[in-house]
Amino acid sequence: MRQNLDINVHHVTRVEGHGNIVVNVKEGKLERAYLEIVEAPRYFEAILKGRNYKEAAIITSRICGICSLGHQMTSLKATEAALGLDVSEQTVLLRKLLIDGATIQSHVLHSLFLVTPDFVGKPSVFAMIGDYREAVLRALRMKNIANLVSEVVGGRAVHPVTPIPGGFTRIPEAGELKFLKEKLVNEMLPDCDATVELMHQLLDTIPNFERETEYISLQCDDEYAFYDGDICSSDTGRVPVDRYEKMTNEFVVPHSTSKHAKANRESFMVGALARFNNNSSQLLERAQRAAEKLRLKAPCYNPYMNSIAQIVEVVHCTEEAIKIIDTLLARGLKDEKPDQEPKKYGRGIGSTEVPRGILYHDYTYDRKGLIVKANCVIPTGQNLGNIDYDMKKLVPEIIDEPKESIVKKLEMLVRAYDPCISCSVHMLDVDFVE
Amino acid sequence: MKKGGKDKIKVAFFDFTGCEGCQLNKLNLENDLLDILEHVEIVEFREAMDDKADEYDIAFVEGSITTPECVTRIHDIRRRSKVLVALGACATNGGINALKNIHDIDEVRERVYGKDKYLFPTIPVMPVHAIVKVDYKIYGCPMTQEEFVKVFKALVMGKKPQVPNYAVCVECKLRENECLLERGIFCLGPVTRAGCNARCPSFGQSCIGCRGLVDDVNQNASIEILKRYGYSLEEAVKRMNLFNTTEVKVEP
Repeated sequence: MRQNLDINVHHVTRVEGHGNIVVNVKEGKLERAYLEIVEAPRYFEAILKGRNYKEAAIITSRICGICSLGHQMTSLKATEAALGLDVSEQTVLLRKLLIDGATIQSHVLHSLFLVTPDFVGKPSVFAMIGDYREAVLRALRMKNIANLVSEVVGGRAVHPVTPIPGGFTRIPEAGELKFLKEKLVNEMLPDCDATVELMHQLLDTIPNFERETEYISLQCDDEYAFYDGDICSSDTGRVPVDRYEKMTNEFVVPHSTSKHAKANRESFMVGALARFNNNSSQLLERAQRAAEKLRLKAPCYNPYMNSIAQIVEVVHCTEEAIKIIDTLLARGLKDEKPDQEPKKYGRGIGSTEVPRGILYHDYTYDRKGLIVKANCVIPTGQNLGNIDYDMKKLVPEIIDEPKESIVKKLEMLVRAYDPCISCSVHMLDVDFVE
Repeated sequence: MKKGGKDKIKVAFFDFTGCEGCQLNKLNLENDLLDILEHVEIVEFREAMDDKADEYDIAFVEGSITTPECVTRIHDIRRRSKVLVALGACATNGGINALKNIHDIDEVRERVYGKDKYLFPTIPVMPVHAIVKVDYKIYGCPMTQEEFVKVFKALVMGKKPQVPNYAVCVECKLRENECLLERGIFCLGPVTRAGCNARCPSFGQSCIGCRGLVDDVNQNASIEILKRYGYSLEEAVKRMNLFNTTEVKVEP
């Protein structure tokens, strides 16, 4: 057995943000194995203090360009809860449609642009254009349609403009939604099938590694939860969202500018695989078939399969988006007056499932509608501890493989979690002292 | 533009402190991206690929300068780049990050990291041009894909890219939108650099100033306008600060 090993991957590529992999084995003993987070903090908490309730979602959107929609939705829900603002059923449906689009966009980017190069042995998606031209074009098409959903409903794919507290500044027209539906039915669904087929062929390149852990996601009774629900742990079941601090327990570790989290064990996992493990029976039919074909069965303990769970969710979100458009069109679109005066002030907590897992925003407002206190708990921060524990189990299992192979498997492990390091670092919770 | 080395123009992308939304907008170019790739070689783009290179014909830099390490790294990139383009609000004027600067820096650090406040070095947020020469700027939060493609194409063809230096109001009027200020909604259109085709006002959302202020803006006159519509000096400056802390000179 190998006695000594030193790995330091400086700035892991093909992930969002800046992180280093550090592994150290000395005289046969694993001394260190962790993901070092070196992203520069942006002190969003200081930025939010004193800002108006209408600006909260605009500002928190800028925590992360990739998850901008997720931050907006969660922020709006927290603000609405704190200030007693109501939203219509139409607004909820449009928000769910936006979430479907953003989830597809993010999952396609991650699983097809950033992860698939590993499965086919290429350094990047650009290098895939030669041998896998059709797959790349297909992925571009899928991203294109997903972005179109955000553009039509949100006004823009990155940092959408129309969602505000209480509703939307603009409601899409029926013709625009019909156009979206056509794209989803005629292009996205066949592309989903072809993608499932491609992934099916690549399944054998996914490393065979398992570590059972605690899986946490939202859960609700009537659908596969993204927009709303209770917090569900695979260990302890459901609790309401206002108990989120008990389910995250953030703490500082010296090797990371992002805080780590734990719930009932030393670490837990959030994201597509956690959602799948907790809620797979609620997936829509085509997504169920995709999961079957991709040999994904709950509970699945292989973190590398997170990328496969994302593909299954792409199928689900496409089906759901079509259903939502049908409902909106059947009901008829109505203009809304989103500008409402706050009915109360104080604290509000919002939670949604964003592509990388469960996200919480928690704001306290004063009587003037200005933020006095903010706390956001980011999915990637919640996953960091779990990544470290996976690495500690994985390294001894593959210690006798060539170093390049070990490095590759470690990089693939980090990538599988789809870490969004900007998010995890840019929002650290803090109490404002008034 | 003169080609570096063997054949294609070597292009690299670098990210400093920001949300990476502008990087994402590049990947969102979809089919345009493949056309561009016919003419240039992307030699470094950490978010999307493993490769690294030594020299660049065009370096696109996203994000703000916020740590001593950023200062060192941007020097190194500048040294190896023929043309350097600042990409997006964080790089062109500090963007939303720079709001940090209006707070006491030691207090901010202590609130976030407590007793470990000196563990992670931080400096006041600066745009890229505060540290090294920037040849061109692509504005906005996020930058628009159209403007990125326009500037990119101009550079590849050896032309000097042109960006608007008039207010968003001009584009908003051309789109025949109803004025938001007239509707009683605060809007930074009168002072903000155009080039977005008045996207936010066209979707019923006020302009939040994400493309920076137009050059030589008469800030006092702008504030007078906003006051005329019922906003206090303090409020007006606070709103302008959102994306423009490093540019707003009027003290409330």
